Amino acid sequence: MKAFLKYREIWLAAAIIVLIGLISTRFPAFADPGNLRQVFNDTSILMILALGQMVVILTRSIDLSMASNLCFSGMVVAMLNAAHPAIPIPLLIVIALAVGLVLGAINGLLVWRLNIPSIVVTLGTLTIYRGATFVLSGGAWVNADKMSPDFIGFQRAAFLGIPVLSWIAILVIALFFVLMTRTALGRSIYAIGVNPTASVYTGIDVGRTKFIVFCISGMIGGLAGYLWISRYVIASVEVANGYELNIIAACVIGGISIAGGIGSVGGAVLGALFLGIISNALPVINISPFWQMAISGSAIILAVVLNARGERQQGRIILRKVEAA
Amino acid sequence: MTDIPAPRHIPDRLDKPFRSAIFSWEALLVVVAIAIFAINSFASPYFLDPYSLSDLTFNFTEKGLIAFAMALLIISGEIDLSVAAIIALASTMMGMAVQAGAGTPVLVLIGIVVGLGCGAFNGLLVTRLGLPSIVVTIGTMSLFRGIAFIILGDQAYKGYPESFAFFGQGYVWWVVSFELVLFLIAAVVYWFLLHRTSFGRRVFAIGNNPVAAQFSGVRVGRIKFILFCLTGLMSGIASVLITSRLGSTRPSIAQGYELEVITMVVLGGVSILGGAGSIVGVVLAAFIMGLVTFGLGLLNVPGIVMSIFIGLLLIIVIALPIVWRRLRGSS
Repeated sequence: MKAFLKYREIWLAAAIIVLIGLISTRFPAFADPGNLRQVFNDTSILMILALGQMVVILTRSIDLSMASNLCFSGMVVAMLNAAHPAIPIPLLIVIALAVGLVLGAINGLLVWRLNIPSIVVTLGTLTIYRGATFVLSGGAWVNADKMSPDFIGFQRAAFLGIPVLSWIAILVIALFFVLMTRTALGRSIYAIGVNPTASVYTGIDVGRTKFIVFCISGMIGGLAGYLWISRYVIASVEVANGYELNIIAACVIGGISIAGGIGSVGGAVLGALFLGIISNALPVINISPFWQMAISGSAIILAVVLNARGERQQGRIILRKVEAA
Repeated sequence: MTDIPAPRHIPDRLDKPFRSAIFSWEALLVVVAIAIFAINSFASPYFLDPYSLSDLTFNFTEKGLIAFAMALLIISGEIDLSVAAIIALASTMMGMAVQAGAGTPVLVLIGIVVGLGCGAFNGLLVTRLGLPSIVVTIGTMSLFRGIAFIILGDQAYKGYPESFAFFGQGYVWWVVSFELVLFLIAAVVYWFLLHRTSFGRRVFAIGNNPVAAQFSGVRVGRIKFILFCLTGLMSGIASVLITSRLGSTRPSIAQGYELEVITMVVLGGVSILGGAGSIVGVVLAAFIMGLVTFGLGLLNVPGIVMSIFIGLLLIIVIALPIVWRRLRGSS
């Protein structure tokens, strides 16, 4: 099983290297280490979000409200910064995490306590959180000139030659790696996805664990909210509109099974990088950015076809055959 | 004078149907609809006007048409997130045909055929390759709308023939629009299909237990394929209506409709897990969503705030019976 997982990520990594190779035949500077660092930095937010979504999907749930959460939390910190520029950035990040946590906990409570399917809950909160952003801001934007220099500059400051944004992404990746491979919580997240009934009998509180994963994805949404707003230096109701599907796309390309239980931190990161490379490469090789949507759509379909082929070898054949027939 | 004892009442059925009818999902929706209707009538003097009410119907007819097919699809345990993208692609194709000088009948045909084709593509991927529909249709959602973006970029198609405007703007009689008539006809057709044919029973059977359905001789794959085709077809029809109503095509047309359609279906009492639901519920949910958005619109509430109400409505209506049952169970 473990060897197999590695196998899949190696293939994805190989696909990414081939992709970079293909791009550099038309634009050699793309494979430049400096440029690749830039691509990594550009993709940081998507990687962080994909990891938050991953833990939810692993438990056979889905969080469609992440982009709206991002929008709301980002608006909260942007308005706080505009009104009180003296608040230090670390405190703002903690506030963003807390706001995201509350929004995620609302999702989690509805899923845990009322047993409403997560797709229904987050479909509802997707519109509610974005609407709440409008109510909060009165429809107004927070522009760059209202944000403090620290607010904008924090993630751009270089540390050891790499921007803080990239360091945050690396830190989050490391935390998720430890969570998924070295903690009991990580193990129970996988267990619930593979077999919820058996998980109950092994003493895992399925409802509570689902609540926790929604809290995690909520906090990630909040963190990404600050990062997004300070990166694109505008906070409005339209921020990250429809982005929830990009996050899920990154997970799917990364080999995370929507049926739960299958997927890894490396997969989610590589899936996000794959999308990030495409969106960075299109302009430099003179392909209209309007192609991006169709290309990522094709990549999703291709990835799910390949992943399904991989899963089929694992002996779930009986069920699958029936569904497919 | 002796009293003749009254004949003993022998029930010919349990009294459950009446009680279950009162506590049914549809009854709850009717109450909600009446409440919202009443609130609207009090809140705005412009609401109770035949022309206002006629305008109201445009808020839900297009999405409602797709919601019927989507209801069947969700009952069978699948989902289609690509419906709005199908609208965009079909509309773009119609726009291309207009530039080539196509007439109204050809345009309608193109819209419907493109919709059907997209639905069949989804259906093939899901049933032939055995892929999870939620992922497949997230992919095709990007793919279909992506093709529309490749063709159109930031441009727009205009210049639809005047006769084409009838589908989205025309009235059949007085204030009864063509869209509303189509919606009602589709409601009856889908009600019959789901609740009165063996096909409908098979859809429920698949949703409740696909394996058991397969072993009972139901062709699970084929029926799911048909349902994807139907959803594509309805999206194509909706695309004709929207394009006709707007009179232009942009690649961002109908953005976000997929979630509204699914909200409508779930609000209508269709179980997102499959196996349960009714067309009457979906019709009522369509009316409710139309009433909410139109009523708030009359009060100058911005669209984004309306979406809060739709979202709250969705969660509250679903949570209410669960909380109710739990409270009764604990007492």
